[in-house]
Amino acid sequence: MVQSLNRLKESASQTAGPYVHIGLTPNFAEIGGVYPEDLGTQMAGEKAKGERIVITGHIFDGTGTPLKDALVEIWQADADGLYNSPSETRGSADPNFSGWGRCPTDMTSGEFRFETIKPGRVPFKDGRMMAPHVTFWIVARGINIGLQTRMYFGDEEAANAEDPVLARIEHRVRVPTLIADKVDGGYRFDIHLQGEKETVFFDI
Amino acid sequence: MSENRLSNRKPETGAFFQRDREWHPQGYTPWYKTSVLRSPQKALLSLDNTISEITGPVFGHNILGELDHDLIHNFAKPGESAIGPRIIVYGRVLDERGKGVPGALLEFWQANAGGRYRHKKEGYIAPLDPNFGGCGRTITDEDGGYAFRTIQPGPYPWPNGPNDWRPAHIHFSVFGHGFAQRLITQMYFEGDPLIPLCPIVKTINDPVAISDLTAVLDMGATKPMDSRAYKFDIVLRGRRSTLFENRMEGN
Repeated sequence: MVQSLNRLKESASQTAGPYVHIGLTPNFAEIGGVYPEDLGTQMAGEKAKGERIVITGHIFDGTGTPLKDALVEIWQADADGLYNSPSETRGSADPNFSGWGRCPTDMTSGEFRFETIKPGRVPFKDGRMMAPHVTFWIVARGINIGLQTRMYFGDEEAANAEDPVLARIEHRVRVPTLIADKVDGGYRFDIHLQGEKETVFFDI
Repeated sequence: MSENRLSNRKPETGAFFQRDREWHPQGYTPWYKTSVLRSPQKALLSLDNTISEITGPVFGHNILGELDHDLIHNFAKPGESAIGPRIIVYGRVLDERGKGVPGALLEFWQANAGGRYRHKKEGYIAPLDPNFGGCGRTITDEDGGYAFRTIQPGPYPWPNGPNDWRPAHIHFSVFGHGFAQRLITQMYFEGDPLIPLCPIVKTINDPVAISDLTAVLDMGATKPMDSRAYKFDIVLRGRRSTLFENRMEGN
């Protein structure tokens, strides 16, 4: 026998199920009067610094059908590349920008939509700068553990080319699955859960 | 959001322990049918945490309303309350090192006593309870402790197998201090014979991991002549020591 490390095991994940909206976006689920507004609806206050953008997209299953019962959360740095988090040690983030957003996919169209600002660059562990990116976390009925991915920006070709995370993707044909298309007023980022166009998901 | 920085303790900035993905459910679990077309087929790309995952949103108590942790009353008409077995659910949010996680936002949702959810996509014949909404939230205290009051949800039939029933359960969504700790899970109730039959429970391989999601009846914490109590602790990823690690730029 040896000593024990005295570690606990992380609580196992379970699917968020089809009624995730009841708990996380009750106003969207038409359960009014409990919370004044759904959390994560507004990311940027009027005085938030930076370029305002809208990120839209769909999440597709293995048949190409959009998920109409998924929930997406995003987490990103402010315009100067600082996170609005107590664990941010490089300075204070823009107080008018939360950095965190939550959006259910539309029950009819399946679209998600975030009104946010374009993030600045943040460093990788070795000090190299990562390209501007937004971290995504996706849950839904049929997804047993939240899927983590990143969205990069299609108009940041130079920064994307030197991004240390994108550089880790062995199958280069999969890199474009993480890069959003610049469209009128913002960016379009479609996520494919499986199949030929499958998005790169992270164990991070 | 960040105006409520907790206590004077220094925020931790280490990377999180790797997730044990054999302990968690796999993505592809065909007996839970919806997972078949919603699970990635390619391997996940492993990366050590960067500052994008080590950081995460922290929520202040200013978001909480007075009844947010009382599902018996937060949707009820004045003077009325939800129907069903009244319970208190309490416990702690810990990390894998056993440390309490203060300031963690917990959100929970559930069906009513008859197994009916208040959601327009739901058509189960059991009626809605006009005094029950089914959502609540709270933020853990300095030791990671939390408590809320609700009614015990009923089991619920679902179109998976021809006669599948979910055990009574409460869904939990948990934020720690880093976005990499983000977790959604379900709490089950001690002694429920539906637990071992459930295809969603069975997405988890290890019976110990299932026990860890099963709340225990605590007669010592009941409120006599009012509510029974169930204890449910939640464990989030722990943080690695940074003793021999290169510090991040500017850290």
